[in-house]
Amino acid sequence: MTTVRNDAEPGAVTTTASRPRPRRHHPLLAFLVKRVAITAGLLLGVTIVTFGLVSVVPGDPVTANLSDQALNDPEAVAAFRAKWGLDQPLYVQYLHYLGNLVQGDLGLSQQTGRAVLDDLLRYVPATMELAIPTMVLALLVGTGIGMLAAVRNGRITDQIVRVGALLGLSTPPFWLSLVVLYVFFYQLGLTPSGGRLSTQFSPPPTVTGMYTVDAALAGQWDVAWDAAQHLTLPVLVLTSLTVAILVRFVRSSMLEVLQQDYIRAAYAKGLPTRTVLRRHLLRAGLVPVITVSGLAFASLLSGTVLVENIFGWPGLGQYAYRSATALDLPAILGVSLFVALVYTLVNLTVDLLYGLIDPRIRLQ
Amino acid sequence: MALLDVENLAVALPGPRGPLPILHGVSLRVDEGELVGIAGESGCGKSLTAQSLLGLLPPGAKVTGSARFAGTELLGLDARGWQRVRGAGIAMVFQDPTAALHPMLTVGRQLTEHMRVHLRMDRRAANRRAVELLDQVRIPDPERAVRAYPHQFSGGMRQRVAIAIALAARPRLLIADEPTTALDVTVQAGILALLDRLRAETGLAVAFITHDLGVLSSLTTRGYVFYAGRVVETGPTGALLTAPRHPYTAALLGARPHGTQAVGTLRPIPGGPPAPGEAPPGCPFQPRCGYAEPSCGTAPPPLEPVGPDRSAACVVRPHLEVLV
Repeated sequence: MTTVRNDAEPGAVTTTASRPRPRRHHPLLAFLVKRVAITAGLLLGVTIVTFGLVSVVPGDPVTANLSDQALNDPEAVAAFRAKWGLDQPLYVQYLHYLGNLVQGDLGLSQQTGRAVLDDLLRYVPATMELAIPTMVLALLVGTGIGMLAAVRNGRITDQIVRVGALLGLSTPPFWLSLVVLYVFFYQLGLTPSGGRLSTQFSPPPTVTGMYTVDAALAGQWDVAWDAAQHLTLPVLVLTSLTVAILVRFVRSSMLEVLQQDYIRAAYAKGLPTRTVLRRHLLRAGLVPVITVSGLAFASLLSGTVLVENIFGWPGLGQYAYRSATALDLPAILGVSLFVALVYTLVNLTVDLLYGLIDPRIRLQ
Repeated sequence: MALLDVENLAVALPGPRGPLPILHGVSLRVDEGELVGIAGESGCGKSLTAQSLLGLLPPGAKVTGSARFAGTELLGLDARGWQRVRGAGIAMVFQDPTAALHPMLTVGRQLTEHMRVHLRMDRRAANRRAVELLDQVRIPDPERAVRAYPHQFSGGMRQRVAIAIALAARPRLLIADEPTTALDVTVQAGILALLDRLRAETGLAVAFITHDLGVLSSLTTRGYVFYAGRVVETGPTGALLTAPRHPYTAALLGARPHGTQAVGTLRPIPGGPPAPGEAPPGCPFQPRCGYAEPSCGTAPPPLEPVGPDRSAACVVRPHLEVLV
């Protein structure tokens, strides 16, 4: 751990507040401007790489999208190529795409025939509805269990937690999905089998695109309850995986903090154990966990193909999967850009959170 | 009157091949308002003694003997009992203030949290006392300092903050575990003077742990010299430093750079202290001792009176000369 030392003359309190502030732009603003510029460059890179990859992949969007009958008709093939600009050289296609992109136009999906942006706005909220409760639950459970294991280091509780985390990590998500479906839907009949809503309900008026939230906003409590029931199993599966990842990090991070003098000093002050754990251990031990949580959240937001498929969840993972198999370039590009944006935003949030929790790395 | 009375304290830590004895029957006393020094090389059990007195030994440690603080037996206290003693009865200042202060909590929070537990103060009263304490340990601009984080202070200032924290819940005994070792020499004197002033002003008793005998002379009234988990000599500091009765004390004094004479004054002690569990059957200092006799090898010599308020654990009791 690095410590910023301020070893000026002994006797001087060198608080940042004690110096007169030079009149400059707010440091946070400069930081954010820099990050936005980096993000723009990154997104440009993503378009280049995706374009290049799709063009070198063996396979032709024409054969992927047209029926056999249409493929035998040269006119139909030519018409498809002309419609999607596939008859142009690759760099022309690329510049054309870029020109539309800066105007906020992600193009049309060859597969759905809708604007890619509309598709994203339809599928992303469904994925968010899984990702957000999963992350909240996983953080609470993962931190709690990881801390418990660290405090009981080497004892039986710790052993159980470690074996459990290993099991959770090595369980294939699709298998776990099938097991919980078998138990909770087929055997116990407690949950629906899949989808976002039962057939007797129609989706609530769209505000966020997340059915539970929108239904609650519209006061349709029966719809909200039904949507929540549909969420249960996929969230359960995703949570157990995320918890398994987090627990190991939380445990090792907390173990390291427990060795620190300031924890012994906190005990030596006569503080009750729960105060030492909650105030002194938790805060310091969570710092490295933030990074892992950010990555886990970004990966959840990018869609989880297998789990979404098994639970018939119309999320980003399914959309990405279908676009990729159809070589639907605009859709693939749209998903790639979204995923890149998610990772950048999550990383930015992680960096800001670091500064919030640890005053030593607060922006100067 | 004895505030702290430790008798025959023995501690064994769990090792790969069974319990490893670290402390062998240590006895020591700290009177009210007294500044007592505890000296010895690193690894001699000084810090472990301090940890035993706060119930902060690592899990699995075996402790026997007795440690009475203000009339109550400490060893064998339950978690709640220890919580009441720590901070409010016995407080501790650690060696490295950078490591001992929580990097993410404000100085004010670290000063007030145990005050509120022990002294049942509300937030405002605790904050007021926090400012007073920082002023008492000579931190400039204490109102701002309570809102600052530890990394915003210099090393010496951090140790002053740590001392203020230790004093916050009005302890009667302060254990200072090498509080100046991690600091610049120029800062050390200030911290020592501060401890002495606090003792004089508040009647606080201080057990000062150090490996530097020079620090003892300027500060403490009585001293204990530790070697390999035992007290080998004790007595008034002045006598201890000018007329040591144990060869180890004399050797420690000889190994200390002193005076202005250039060559020949620095005499290192040959060899090193025995590792825990590997001490010779007799006197633990025998292999390094210039005065050893065959009788030294039979059993560890007991600590026996050698003068007014003085004891030494040496059967030979040679005539020792010290360059001062």
